[in-house]
Amino acid sequence: MEDIFTIRDLNLYYGKNHALKNMDIALKKNKVTALIGPSGCGKSTFLRCLNRMNDLIENCTITGQIIYDNDNINVEKYNVIELRKKVGMVFQKPNPFPMSIYENVIYGPKCQGLTDKAILDELVEDSLKKAALWDEVKDRLNTSALSLSGGQQQRLCIARTIAMDPDVILMDEPTSALDPISTKKIEELMETLKNNYTIVIVTHSMQQAARISDYTAFFLMGEIVEYDLTDIIFSNPAQQQTEDYVTGRFG
Amino acid sequence: MLAKTKKSEKKRLLFESLYRLSVIFSGLILFIIIIFIFASGFPALKEYGFFEMILNKEWSPNATDPQFGLLYMVLATIISTLLSLLIAIPIGVLSAAYLSKMAPKKIKKTIMFFVEILAGIPSVIYGFFILKTLVKIIYDNGKYIEGVSGNSMLAAIAVLALMSLPTIITVSVTSLDAINKSYDEASYALGANTIQTIFKVDLRAARLGIMSAIVLGAGKVIGETMAVMLVSGNAINFPGNLLEPVRTLTSNIATEMAYASGLHQSALYATGIILFILIMILNYILLVVIKRGGTSDA
Ligand SMILES: Nc1ncnc2c1ncn2[C@@H]1O[C@H](COP(=O)(O)OP(=O)(O)OP(=O)(O)O)[C@@H](O)[C@H]1O
Ligand SMILES: [Mg+2]
Repeated sequence: MEDIFTIRDLNLYYGKNHALKNMDIALKKNKVTALIGPSGCGKSTFLRCLNRMNDLIENCTITGQIIYDNDNINVEKYNVIELRKKVGMVFQKPNPFPMSIYENVIYGPKCQGLTDKAILDELVEDSLKKAALWDEVKDRLNTSALSLSGGQQQRLCIARTIAMDPDVILMDEPTSALDPISTKKIEELMETLKNNYTIVIVTHSMQQAARISDYTAFFLMGEIVEYDLTDIIFSNPAQQQTEDYVTGRFG
Repeated sequence: MLAKTKKSEKKRLLFESLYRLSVIFSGLILFIIIIFIFASGFPALKEYGFFEMILNKEWSPNATDPQFGLLYMVLATIISTLLSLLIAIPIGVLSAAYLSKMAPKKIKKTIMFFVEILAGIPSVIYGFFILKTLVKIIYDNGKYIEGVSGNSMLAAIAVLALMSLPTIITVSVTSLDAINKSYDEASYALGANTIQTIFKVDLRAARLGIMSAIVLGAGKVIGETMAVMLVSGNAINFPGNLLEPVRTLTSNIATEMAYASGLHQSALYATGIILFILIMILNYILLVVIKRGGTSDA
């Protein structure tokens, strides 16, 4: 099976704080990989390495190789804009722009210079349909995105990411701020999305990880303790620490 | 427990009435000022007519047939205000965007330290600075041209633009800093670059704060008197040439009030009324712009 990301000897420091330690992991193409682990163990930090979002943080040093599509993206000269076009991200808290629903969806493509109204219209409909939001908003595309419910906002953020036609979608606890019904909708959505995209998702919900992911990586204090098929991690993990964590006996 | 809530309820009532009193007090003072100025300016307005005053270009209060035309001063005030804002707004807002969104923390801190000092120094100092620089340059290069003495509308505009910049920058930076960081993250994660993020997201999201920065800057500019008098030449001219002296409405009041009496004095109060109306119009325009910006998105 093909790997989309190959990470070799990754180390990350926030100033002097050694947040990621000697990580080696290969993420599978067109699969859902879940990152689990206790708070502060570096899941978000790791995820943000994959689209170089840590560039925005002053004093953050990253060493090692992050190979995406046969290129090491962890080098200064790598074109981050091209990377982020291919590796999209959905955040923990829904963060639509304070603009209309329509403008939110076309934001990324417009930044790339796409202006043809007909193409944009089509893109909006297509992306919102893929994000299972079209039926709920098709009559009010020009109203503010902030008028949507939290769950709808999060699906809008997914639609906005899909509109870029990425290869990979990174999701950092995308349902932690949502009610169970919205959560279920987004989980169903991921089920359909995984046919076309590689998904890497951080989650604190063991059930969610077990339900939706093909692979699971268990993080602990800046290290990857175990990485395997989700079935194995949850039924027969190799490490005691993993077993303790997934069965809730941790700490 | 119950006694405690009663106590805090009393406290709340006390503070509420205190707030109410101070609002009434400041409202009353404003009202008295307006009444006073209008009453004092009324004789001149009645004698010459409001439109005669703003459409007549002749100001000769001490002639045997005195004239109280403010046209040139109204125009000088409007033009110098608009041109200085035209310079200060883009520079101020772009500097704020750089400081808030692009500059490394250390550089931002250092620059903001000085900008905040500049926002606090008296505007006469800016006048003094322009007097020794721009006015001198204009004089040195143009003294053989008739009417050019260095003191000019250009110098006044420079002073106004310069003195409003620190206010526009600090208020804009504050509002840009206050917008949710997650907007920036979303924008970058969608493949936008810094410039796109600033123009498409940040400046839009911080629009209200930036508008109030502009309103504050405009208020400073239109009311400025001493610094302008220092460099404008203070002569009543049609403001058609940037290099020639002009007089603004505020300068007119400040220059002549000390010795004016009778109808002349009333005409100076009327100048104040017209300035007051101009400020109202300016604020109204800015408010409409803000409202329109507010409904088109968000
Ligand atoms: N911007 C930052 N600056 C400095 N240190 C940071 C920053 N972000 C995270 N850290 C530190 O890096 C470590 C890992 O944080 P991270 O956010 O990746 O954890 P996490 O696994 O996502 O936790 P959670 O489950 O609570 O989201 C923590 O010790 C945290 O304090
Ligand atoms: Mg996290």
